Amino acid sequence: MRRLGELERAIMDVLWESTEPLTVRQVGERLTDRELAHTTVMTVLDRLAKKGFARRERDGRAWRYCAAADRETYVTELMLHALDQTGDRSAALASFARSVSDAEAQVLRRALESLGEIDRG
Amino acid sequence: MLAAVFVLAAVAVGTVPAAAALLSARWPYRSPAAAILLWQALGLSWGLAAVGALAGLGALAGLGARPGGWGVAGGALTGAAGAARAAVLGSGPAMLAAIARLVFLAAAAVLLARLCWVLLAASAAVLLARRRHRALLRLLAHGDPKVPGALVVDSPAAAAYCVPGLRSAIVVSAGTLDLLDAAELAAVLAHERAHLRERHDLVLLPFSALNRALPRCRLVRQVHGSVALLVEMLADDRALRHRTARELATALIRVGASSAGPAPSGALAAAQAPDGETAARVARLLAPAPPLPAATLALICSAAALLVAVPAGLLLLPW
Repeated sequence: MRRLGELERAIMDVLWESTEPLTVRQVGERLTDRELAHTTVMTVLDRLAKKGFARRERDGRAWRYCAAADRETYVTELMLHALDQTGDRSAALASFARSVSDAEAQVLRRALESLGEIDRG
Repeated sequence: MLAAVFVLAAVAVGTVPAAAALLSARWPYRSPAAAILLWQALGLSWGLAAVGALAGLGALAGLGARPGGWGVAGGALTGAAGAARAAVLGSGPAMLAAIARLVFLAAAAVLLARLCWVLLAASAAVLLARRRHRALLRLLAHGDPKVPGALVVDSPAAAAYCVPGLRSAIVVSAGTLDLLDAAELAAVLAHERAHLRERHDLVLLPFSALNRALPRCRLVRQVHGSVALLVEMLADDRALRHRTARELATALIRVGASSAGPAPSGALAAAQAPDGETAARVARLLAPAPPLPAATLALICSAAALLVAVPAGLLLLPW
């Protein structure tokens, strides 16, 4: 399971770095640091497509794969979920400090400054 | 039977002003664990009493409930059979009374089913959201020696959070790594580990489920917000076992202030936590009030036990 997760990640990295859709063979060739069977690469790409992270299109007799969205889009999704921007604290994640309003941020910054003064004093 | 129904109705109605009183009380910040226990007891007590009172009303005219039956729940079940028979076979006033009883019994059943459904639906939504989140983390996050045991996501925004569950994870953004020093990061990790170890997400789940089901109910929203804040304070207290209050407070200030944005408008503003939540946690860390004395804590625990025991007993125990 863990190995499969690492493979998915390595293959997504290949798809993200590529500017054009890749065949299974091309993906395998770009995974330079490991020797993988063609079927293994195909299986993982298939899994990624099922999960919606990769998209595939027919090109003659072969499938070509590309990332469904770029890396930044997924990072943004993670952060939006983590920072609870939906306003719905759903108990799915637990954030250390929720986003605060500008007014509260000012109060907090003043508190930090006064702490600094205590340090120096 | 009449007395039991009366008590159940009184408990169901009485938990509402009790919740309002607990919302405005100041002592919960001093002993968040005791306050959370009381909130759980209030919630459970309200659910049991509301379902029980409706079922009891249905059983009241109660034909089948002889003394020695199994509480209000038993009375309602035997009453349901009798009422159904009377509604079909009877005529005139007897039939109307039977129909009235069936309406109450149906209301009790619907409320019970709704409460269970809300909890299940919320759990399923939470599990799905976490699954998606973990799948994304597997593709994007990496380890970092600055935060052993945690995952790092390359984003400039300051975020630190945990993904609870059997395969739990603590996640810190690259922005947070830049923002905090080593001691503050350790305080953040101690706080998040407390969440994971004590499964605070499960504490919060019923309240957030009710909040999802009744998005326009102000009391439910406030209770949810209050329990969420108390859970954070509890994790703060646990982190203090390993780190200083100072480290935790400065970490809170830096992370909270860096993610500041313009106050959201409209419905979103209403859905957001009241202003000053982070400030309240900071103030509590820097100028701590003494925890409640043991005798008061014992009193709160007894009250919580009684709150659940009374409606549960009336519902289930033979009398």
